[in-house]
Amino acid sequence: MKPQYKEEVIELLYQLADDDLLVSYRGSEWLGLVPHIEEDVAYSSITQNTMGHANIYYSLLEELGEGKVDDLAHLRPAGERKNAIILEEKNGPGHWLYGEPRYDWAFTVVRNYFYEAIKKRKIDSLKQSSYEPLRQVAVKIDTEIPYHLMHWRTWFEQLVRAGGEAEERMKAAVARVWEDIGGVLSLGPNEEKIVEAGLIESEAVLKERFLEDINKKFTELGLKMPGEPGMKKGDGRAGFHTEDLEEALAQLSEVYALNPAVPW
Amino acid sequence: MAVSVRDAEKVKYREFMERIEAGEKIEADDWMPDDYRQALIKLISMHGISEIMGALPEKEWTPKAPTLYRKLAIMAKVQDEVGHGQLLLRVAEDLIKPYGKTREDLIQDLFAGRLKFHNVFHWKTKSWADAGLIGWLVDGAAIITQTNMLDCSYAPYARALKRIAAEEVFHAQHGEAIAVALATGTEEQKEMLQDALNRWWPALLMFFGPPTAELTGSSKQEITIKYKIRKNTNEELRQFYLTKYVPRIQGLGLTIPDETLRWDDEKKEWIYKQPDWNLFLKITRNEGPMSQERLRLRRLSYENNAWVREALGLNTKIFAS
Repeated sequence: MKPQYKEEVIELLYQLADDDLLVSYRGSEWLGLVPHIEEDVAYSSITQNTMGHANIYYSLLEELGEGKVDDLAHLRPAGERKNAIILEEKNGPGHWLYGEPRYDWAFTVVRNYFYEAIKKRKIDSLKQSSYEPLRQVAVKIDTEIPYHLMHWRTWFEQLVRAGGEAEERMKAAVARVWEDIGGVLSLGPNEEKIVEAGLIESEAVLKERFLEDINKKFTELGLKMPGEPGMKKGDGRAGFHTEDLEEALAQLSEVYALNPAVPW
Repeated sequence: MAVSVRDAEKVKYREFMERIEAGEKIEADDWMPDDYRQALIKLISMHGISEIMGALPEKEWTPKAPTLYRKLAIMAKVQDEVGHGQLLLRVAEDLIKPYGKTREDLIQDLFAGRLKFHNVFHWKTKSWADAGLIGWLVDGAAIITQTNMLDCSYAPYARALKRIAAEEVFHAQHGEAIAVALATGTEEQKEMLQDALNRWWPALLMFFGPPTAELTGSSKQEITIKYKIRKNTNEELRQFYLTKYVPRIQGLGLTIPDETLRWDDEKKEWIYKQPDWNLFLKITRNEGPMSQERLRLRRLSYENNAWVREALGLNTKIFAS
């Protein structure tokens, strides 16, 4: 593998891995707090799948000499993380551990729905990637994404169609998530090289397909398209992050960081 | 007229007792004596809600689990527990139907303190070792009580328990794997595990309930044994547990925090220091170390998501199906 090519592979893998890790970490905080028992079981399945995907990407990075999977997942400081900012944001006010969590289900539904919709388009593109291991992984992950997407799309439709308070909350969540959903579509400062290397299609292509999906759904539900996907808080791929990420990393690495050298 | 109705009831009761004594199983739609139904409702709704509340102590360590592998495993475990809760609440829902009650009523009973959750889930967790210890020794205790009811006279409960017990075996293995990793690790890890055992030992003894009703004022073990819902007494179950786990705990190099603990060869039983049954009584009044915090979390999420239930049309008659 040429060093330049390897660099682009590594860059993309970090983006994919960190996205899945952060969104699944936020999912794990919802345990026991979701609207009903059946959802607790379903959402937990999705979260486990997604964290499993992060694990696969980190394993590919380990094979490329980047370090141990758990070091990559737990020990890298916020400044080195490549995840989109919208995925690191807290689920809502309060803290999951008896800190009066008043988590926002509308935000969670919208964030996950848009995230899975983009992930589906990325995975489809990765199935044609020039990097063989990524192609194989994409085929495997694609067996699970349609179920995740269906789950969140169903919630999205139900809550919008319910009208009243639910619809208002969903519209507010759409406006909020849209402001930063561009961060998930972003391929970062090295986009050109990543695309040139044939690893994945361009942001413009992915965005067009995502907008096509969302436009169709919004038209069906009578929702107004909010315009261009934004990146108001900055591009996580370029190392911009918020305090929410620091907080999340402190939690998820609390035990591992006691002694990363020994088995747990 | 009144006399003949009472006679008819007596005949039904006798037939019912003959059926269960012959080892026959009762289904949800079969006739059953009222105190049998009441005992089942109490037992199964408490078991179901305990699975749901029991997810909380482990939830405290799920996002913090040390490795991705452990994070995935503990998430799957907590998910199983919630799934058990769902399964058991369905069984309880069938039993409360004749009273016009639904799952919503059970949730309200929990909030009002009328429906209790298991005493073991009122304790604090302090470190990652607690998560391992809960999986290993609390689920291990649950396996003992649940397998004791696998032959329960009420068929829907027996069927649910069969599924649940199979999964609990995986949980105990998951917990044991965490405990083994710590027990064979650094001094710091070993201390973490020993500390967890020191704090949880009284809770593990209390798990099976008081040996006699005299100790705590009430016990439902007599009626559940009479109706063949369970086979053994609280004390017998605790003795089985000690026989199974004392050697395993010591085998990992841990010290059980009870100097008086020993097997009495003459009496053929374990001698041990009684846990604080007054604390047990406090726990049954939701005055345990974490009772109110965990109830608060449950209540808060219920209130916080009220708008979602309303949107789904679930507020009046939640999951009545």
